Amino acid sequence: MGTTTLAANANPRKMGGTLYRGREGMWGWVLHRITGVAIFFFLLVHILDTALVRVSPEAYNAVIGAYKTPIMGLGEIALVGAIGFHALNGLRIILIDFWSKGAKYQRAMFWIVIVLWAVLMLGFLPRQLMHIFGGA
Amino acid sequence: MSAIAAPGAGDGRRHRGINLEKWGWIAMRASGVVLVVLIFGHLFVNLVAGEGVNAIDFAFVAGKWADPFWVVWDTLLLWLALIHGANGMRTIINDYATRPALRRTLLTGLGIAVAILLVLGTLVIYTFDPCPAASLADPALSELLPDFCFAR
Repeated sequence: MGTTTLAANANPRKMGGTLYRGREGMWGWVLHRITGVAIFFFLLVHILDTALVRVSPEAYNAVIGAYKTPIMGLGEIALVGAIGFHALNGLRIILIDFWSKGAKYQRAMFWIVIVLWAVLMLGFLPRQLMHIFGGA
Repeated sequence: MSAIAAPGAGDGRRHRGINLEKWGWIAMRASGVVLVVLIFGHLFVNLVAGEGVNAIDFAFVAGKWADPFWVVWDTLLLWLALIHGANGMRTIINDYATRPALRRTLLTGLGIAVAILLVLGTLVIYTFDPCPAASLADPALSELLPDFCFAR
């Protein structure tokens, strides 16, 4: 990629010189939006379900019991996956904004985010599957 | 196709006072860094450590909130996550809701929802009763309470 191009690219089919149009930069931006919206709506529900501790212990336990089913356990994997990507890519955005070489290495940092995310999920998955399906 | 102005060129108008968009931009990054720590800590203690999600019930929450550390942690989590999330949603509404009436409706709804949840969540944390009298009076329900409700 090399220098950052602000003017229109000479070849419109080649968009590698921009940060947010095409390729890793754009897909990072798209995934950041989708995971952000998903996490926001989970947060709304999560504040309401936790508020049930103020209603009664049995009301809270009944609703939190729904989180311990296999389907919700798999949903928690999706939730942790979304949060993990949003957190790591958020740190990438901060580096792009504040690190002098951030924009130059944004594409490499996207793949570092993917690798760290995969490591995170490989650590979380076995533990979570044990909790959902018993064994530990 | 219209030309796009160079970054930093401004729109030709004079701006006075606090630049709220700039401070919102800074707040997203500052709260984002703090939230990485707060949320991964929250996820580790509640989903990974011990029995994970299976250990979570009323007594688990009561045990956590008996410690001021987790009260402060959860209060910060509530406020930072909701405000960070709401500002992100505001950005997305401004990007996609092009009709002014629709945009105003969505932004107002978002503001009301966030204000209600901030007040509700804060009240829940600070008015929480780990040993409610109604549960203590009933032998079946008192089993759901944390052990320290019965310590004398």
